Amino acid sequence: MSEPSSQKIPVTVLTGYLGAGKTTLLNRILSENHGKKYAVIVNEFGEIGIDNDLIIGADEEVFEMNNGCICCTVRGDLVRIMEGLMKRKGKFDAIIVETTGLADPAPVAQTFFVDEDVQKNARLDAVVTVADAKWLSDRLKDAPEAKNQIAFADVIVLNKTDLVSKAELAEVEARIRGINPYAKLHRTERCKVALADVLERGAFDLDRILEIEPEFLDAGDGHDHHHDHGHHHGHDHDHGHSHGGLKHYHDEDMQSLSLRSDKPLDPTKFMPWLQNLVATEGQKILRSKGILAFTDDDDRYVFQGVHMMLEGDHQRKWKDGEARESRVVFIGRELPEQMIRDGFESCITT
Amino acid sequence: MKEFDPGDTPSIASLTDQVRKLAVGMPATSVHFLGDTAVFIGAEETAAMVNEAGEISTVTVHGGAVLCAASDGKRIVSGGDDGKVVALDAKGEVAVLATDAKRRWIDNVALHPDGAVAWSAGKTAFVRSGRGEEKSFDAPSTVGGLAFAPKGLRVAVAHYNGVTLWFPNMAAKPEFLEWAGSHLAVTFSPDNKFLVTGMHEPSLHGWRLADNRHMRMSGYPGRVRSMSWSVGGKGLATSGADTVIIWPFTSKDGPMGKEPAMLAPLQARVSVVACHPKQDIMAAGYSDGTILIVRLEDGAEILVRRNGSEPVSALAWNAKGTLLAFGTEDGDAGLLEF
Repeated sequence: MSEPSSQKIPVTVLTGYLGAGKTTLLNRILSENHGKKYAVIVNEFGEIGIDNDLIIGADEEVFEMNNGCICCTVRGDLVRIMEGLMKRKGKFDAIIVETTGLADPAPVAQTFFVDEDVQKNARLDAVVTVADAKWLSDRLKDAPEAKNQIAFADVIVLNKTDLVSKAELAEVEARIRGINPYAKLHRTERCKVALADVLERGAFDLDRILEIEPEFLDAGDGHDHHHDHGHHHGHDHDHGHSHGGLKHYHDEDMQSLSLRSDKPLDPTKFMPWLQNLVATEGQKILRSKGILAFTDDDDRYVFQGVHMMLEGDHQRKWKDGEARESRVVFIGRELPEQMIRDGFESCITT
Repeated sequence: MKEFDPGDTPSIASLTDQVRKLAVGMPATSVHFLGDTAVFIGAEETAAMVNEAGEISTVTVHGGAVLCAASDGKRIVSGGDDGKVVALDAKGEVAVLATDAKRRWIDNVALHPDGAVAWSAGKTAFVRSGRGEEKSFDAPSTVGGLAFAPKGLRVAVAHYNGVTLWFPNMAAKPEFLEWAGSHLAVTFSPDNKFLVTGMHEPSLHGWRLADNRHMRMSGYPGRVRSMSWSVGGKGLATSGADTVIIWPFTSKDGPMGKEPAMLAPLQARVSVVACHPKQDIMAAGYSDGTILIVRLEDGAEILVRRNGSEPVSALAWNAKGTLLAFGTEDGDAGLLEF
């Protein structure tokens, strides 16, 4: 008997490379006067100094599922901890899972897709990644974990902005956007961010997939920069190029790919194509999201996924006058761009 | 048909009017008998003891969630998120057996008939013998389940990718039974010939201990959370499907190459099973609150509790097989006397 989504306990996953400020953000969340109680799951060997009643040490045990899908990994310890926590239902309002600096967020997220019992009681709210403005650019070069965390994020807290110049800040933001243009990005000092910007985001809630637009921060020089980034440059270069003052980077191995169509999609072609795509390329695809307009269907269809796992549903009726446009976004590593584009095109009803 | 209504089915005998309702005042996660006293273990802090006269008394056992409990009929040992291993006896007396030095959660407990007790916190399994000697063993990953073998001092420690058979009193290297995946529960057959685990995936895995031959038992729609050996160890009754699944263990090959018995189908999933200690009958609780008594021979059913509530979460017979106690996730509880 599954609880309605609104009654499920929201779970925020807090990631970030070593020293970026995860614990600072965690303590900020816990100490703020919000009247809410959090159960906090931290890595046993991680940083100390968290002041909270309900704090649980985790082992970050990543288990492969026996379903023949090698990227289908879950956090075994989390399954166990969630089961134990559910015995104390009513004693807390939300759960925060802090991962180690080197952790891949995917197994944590997948735990909330795969495990029936976890799903029954809790829902993944968002993956929040804390990034160090001073060192992130370097880490993106030498630490694949850091890149994973940026690519996976729904919310990025770009911290320690007081330690870098304006130019350096623009540089690191451009690098983040080169990997993940869809996450909400907040510039902070000492993780000073409004709690509403990191908690209760509903980033995995199908009902809240309302729009998929890349986020571009203005460059701060007073001009309104709007760049349609619905195309993807196939060339690998590591220098920024500038459009009217805003730098663009294209990360060599982690990209986002955006597809759109004004013509309706054929569901009998699109669904098998998407399922096959994530089944064969799911290891490369970290996140996927889409809003779809199907042929002879007055309802919007929305989906989202993590690696090989997908969930989707009809969301609501298309509104009168609303453009029935399909948009699909993939974020991943070495995405087979042309193959995905061709596949998508072949699902368009002609 | 949205709701199954056994009341309209004349073929089902009913004992619902003979159930004594018990106001235990909390959802029970398990129930155990100490003699003829039914002890309901709550999700948090307390246990409710119900004597033969139906009088209820509550006892505080933990300072937080009660994560696990096991009984040998003389006492109940439980583990909590307060890091304590606690014993409760029929008089209602509580004794702390151990406190984890790091206050880690006590995830599993097991009891041996000779008085030994085992528990685990994280990757470490502990055994304290009846004489009070304590030994520990570090598993390769978090311990998912613990069970004592029926003979000798041997502990099965279930973990990721297999089960380790640990002999706390012997210098011998623990024996490792490998099978990929996360093993969350473990049980020895009463004749000591087979070992069965409940996995994170909806399946069971087993080993014939004479030669470690594998036994795969799958096909469940949901994870198997409850397993119970029928009288004499002839079969292993399990939850996880919309019928009771009973794997045959009468032959030397166990269930290998055989079909399980599928009894008492309902439009709800079996949530907990409890075999009768003396006869070939069992009780099954379902996710819709139904409780049936099922005859293993022919699947004949007797209704004990109607559907229409949260899942049945606790079910147990007393040692004589004259009392059946149950509890549900929404705090209902009852006792049936035969």
